[in-house]
Amino acid sequence: MLDLPLIWALILAIGVMLYVVLDGFDLGVGILTGRARSDEERNMMTATVEPVWDGNETWLIIGGGGLFAAFPTAYAILMPAFYLPILVMLAALIFRGVAFEFRHKAVRPVTRRFWNAAFFGGSFAAALSQGVILGAFVQGVAVEDGVFAGRPFDWLTPFSLLVGVSVATGYILLGAGWLYLKTEGELQRRARGWARAALIVLAACFLAVSLATLSVNEQVVQRWGFSMTEIRPAVLIPLLPIPLAGMVLCGLLWRALSASPGQAKGHDAWPFLITIGIFLSGYLGLAVSLLPFIVPYQVTIHEAAARDNALAFMLVGAVIMLPVILAYTAYVYRLFWGKVQPGDGYHD
Amino acid sequence: MEFDALLLSRLQFAFVVAFHILFPSFTIGLAAFLAVCEGLWLKTGKDVFRRLYLHWVKIFALAFAMGVVSGVVMSYQFGTNWSVFSERTGSVMGPLLGYEVLTAFFLEATFLGVMLFGWNRVGNKLHFVATCAVAIGTTFSAFWILSANSWMQTPAGFATDPVTGNFYATDWWAVIFNPSFPSRFAHMMLAAYITTAAVVLAAGAWQVLRGRGTEPTRWQMRMAAGTLALLLPLQIWAGHWSGEVAHHHQPAKIAVMEGWCETADVQPTLLLAWPSDGACGRDAVGIPGTSRFLFATDEPLQGMDAFPESERPPFWIVFWSFRLMVGAGLALLALGLWGVFLWWHGRLDRPGLYHYLAVPGGALGFLAVVTGWVTAEVGRQPYTVYGVLRTVDSVAPVEAGQVAFSLLVFMIVYAIIFTAGVIYMARIASRGFVDQPATARPRAPGSPLAAVDDPAELPEAFEGESK
Repeated sequence: MLDLPLIWALILAIGVMLYVVLDGFDLGVGILTGRARSDEERNMMTATVEPVWDGNETWLIIGGGGLFAAFPTAYAILMPAFYLPILVMLAALIFRGVAFEFRHKAVRPVTRRFWNAAFFGGSFAAALSQGVILGAFVQGVAVEDGVFAGRPFDWLTPFSLLVGVSVATGYILLGAGWLYLKTEGELQRRARGWARAALIVLAACFLAVSLATLSVNEQVVQRWGFSMTEIRPAVLIPLLPIPLAGMVLCGLLWRALSASPGQAKGHDAWPFLITIGIFLSGYLGLAVSLLPFIVPYQVTIHEAAARDNALAFMLVGAVIMLPVILAYTAYVYRLFWGKVQPGDGYHD
Repeated sequence: MEFDALLLSRLQFAFVVAFHILFPSFTIGLAAFLAVCEGLWLKTGKDVFRRLYLHWVKIFALAFAMGVVSGVVMSYQFGTNWSVFSERTGSVMGPLLGYEVLTAFFLEATFLGVMLFGWNRVGNKLHFVATCAVAIGTTFSAFWILSANSWMQTPAGFATDPVTGNFYATDWWAVIFNPSFPSRFAHMMLAAYITTAAVVLAAGAWQVLRGRGTEPTRWQMRMAAGTLALLLPLQIWAGHWSGEVAHHHQPAKIAVMEGWCETADVQPTLLLAWPSDGACGRDAVGIPGTSRFLFATDEPLQGMDAFPESERPPFWIVFWSFRLMVGAGLALLALGLWGVFLWWHGRLDRPGLYHYLAVPGGALGFLAVVTGWVTAEVGRQPYTVYGVLRTVDSVAPVEAGQVAFSLLVFMIVYAIIFTAGVIYMARIASRGFVDQPATARPRAPGSPLAAVDDPAELPEAFEGESK
C-alpha cells in the first residue's frame, strides 16, 4: 500500500519550492523596481516577468488549496494562527498583481507613481510576510485539542522577523539573478551589483537563522545533534553536506558575479541557477529540522492527512496533470527565452 | 445582533466572494468571446474580428488580473475564517478544489502570458490555441467550483467519520455530480456569457452615442444583442431547472424565495412583499394559482410554516435578491430582443433610446450574478453544508477584532482596485476602435499587427449617415 500522506507531503513540498523559486524571482524583480532610475528601466524590468508572473503565482494556491485538500487538519490549525500575516500577504499580492496591468493604464503622473509604488511595496510586503509566516511556522504554534489555541500576535517574534528579512533578501537575490539573465548592458551591470549586495546580506541572514533555529525548539537540536553546549558527530556529520553545499554555492555565486557579464553565452544563467541551489539547501535543511511534522512539533503528516480515498483520488489527477502543467510551463518559458528588448511588454 | 467573529466572518466572506465573482463571471464569457473573434478572424480573414480581439483582450487582461488576485484571497479564506468547516469537509471538497487548480488555474494563468505577449513569438494558429486554452481553463474552473459549491447545497456520496466527525467520500461520482450540480453549472455558465454580452453591448452603445461607432462597434453590438436574445430564454429554462432541483432538495429555500407563508396545494407567485402585520408579518402582491405551471408535483407545496425558524434561511434577503435577479434577467431579455429587432431594421448603429438604456444595462448581468448567488448562499442558511454542518459550527477560532480589522482592510483595498480597474476598463471600452491599433509595438512578419495595412484606421462613417 502506498504511503499516500507521505507522497502528498512530497508533492506539496515540491509545489511550495517551485512557488518560492518562481514567484520568488518575480517578487524580487518587483522589489528591485524600487531602484529603477527611469520609466524605461522599470518597464524593462517588469517586461522580464510580465508573461510568466501569473503562472508563477498560481503555485501559491498549491500552498493554500493543496494544504486544504491534502492536510485539512494542518490547514485548519495554521491558517487561523497566521491570520494577520496572511492578510498582509494577500493585500500585498493584490496590489502588486493589479499594478502589473494598472501601471500601464494610468495616465496622470500621480496615479502612475502610485501604481509603481504599489508594485514595489506590494512585492516587498508579500516577500516579507511570506518569510514571517515561515519563521512563525518554524517556531511552532499553540495547539489544544487539535485546534489553534494561541493569540493573534503569537507569530510576531524577533525570530520570525529575522526569517522575514532573510526570505525577502533571498527573493531579491533571485530577482537580481533573473534580471542578470534577461537583460544586457547597463541594467545587467546594475543587476550584478544588486545580486552581490543581496548575497552578502543573505549569507549573514542564513548564519543567523541557522543558529537561531537551534534555540527555537529542542527537536531541531536533537535532529542536528548540534547546540551551543554539545555536539554529537554521529548525528551531525551525515547531515553536514546540506549546510556545506549552501556555503559552497554562496562562494560559487560570488565568483560567478565577479566575472564580467556576457563573456560567453549561457554564463548569464549561472547566478540565477546557483541561487536556486542555495534556496534548495536551505529548504532541505528546513525539512530535516521539521519532519515528520506538518504543524511543527505538534501534528505529523499522517495525523493531519485527509482520508486515503481523497488522497488517492487526487493523486490520479496529479500524476496525469502535473507533468502536463510542467510541460506547458516549460514551453512558455522557452517561448519567452532570451534577453528582453526595449519595447517588449506592452504600453498602451 | 452581536458583531462577533461569526457574523464578521460571514460578512467578510460575503464581501470577498461577491467581489471576486464579478470578475470570473465576466472573464469566462469574455474568454469565450475572444476565442470566437479570433476563430472568426482566422476563418474569414475579416479584419474587423482581429480588431475586436485586440480591443477586448486589453480589458480581459485587466479583469483577469483582478479575478486572479481576488481569487487567491478565496483559497485562504476557508482556512483563516472557516477552519472548522475546512477540517470537516476537507476530505470531500479538497479534491474538487485540487482538481480545479490542476486542470484550470495553471492552464489559464500560463497561456494568458502567450495570449497577451506571444503575438510576435507564435504563429496565428498557435496563438488561437492559447486563447482557447484560456477559455477552456475558465470553463474547467467553473466546473469544479460549481461542483464544490453544489455539494454544499446538496451533499451526496459521503459519510461521516464516527470518531472525528469529518466527512469522507463514499462515491466520488456522486460527490462531483451531486443533485444540484448540473443545473447550477448550466445556470452559471449562461450567466457568465450573458454578463459579458451585456457589457459588450453597453460598450458598443456608448461608442455609438459618442459618435465613435466604427465597423467593429457594429459587429460587437450585433453579436452581443444576438447572444442575449438567444441565451436569455435558455437561461430562464436553466434557472427553472435549478429551482425544481432546489424544491426537491431544499424546500425551505424555495418557501422563502417564493415567500409562501403556509403550506398549500396551490401557491401564488409573489411579485412584491413588504413588512406589515398581515399574514406572517408581511403584505404581498402576487398572481394567485400560478404554482400549478411552475412546480410539477402532486404534493402540497410547503410554506415557511413547515419549517421551524432554526431551519429556515432569513426571509427578506433571499426573497428580494431572488426578485432582483429575475428582474435583471427579464430586462436583459428585453434588451436582447429589442436589439435584434433594431438590427433587423438596420437601426442598431444609429443612436436612440435603445442605446441610452443599453449603457446602464451593462451592469444588469453583474446584478443578476450577485443577487443570484446571494439567493443561493443565503438560501442555504443556517447551514454551510446543507442539513449536516451548521454555519455557527464552521467558524474558525479567531478573535472578532482580527476579523473586523481584516474586513476593513479588504474593503479599503477592494475599493481602491475596483475604482481604478473600472475606470481603466471603461476608458478602453469607451475609446472604442478609433485610435486602434497602437503602433508602439514592433511588427514582426506573420503577426496580426503586421496584417494592418490600412494606415489611417479612421472611424468609418455610419452606414446610416454615409448614405
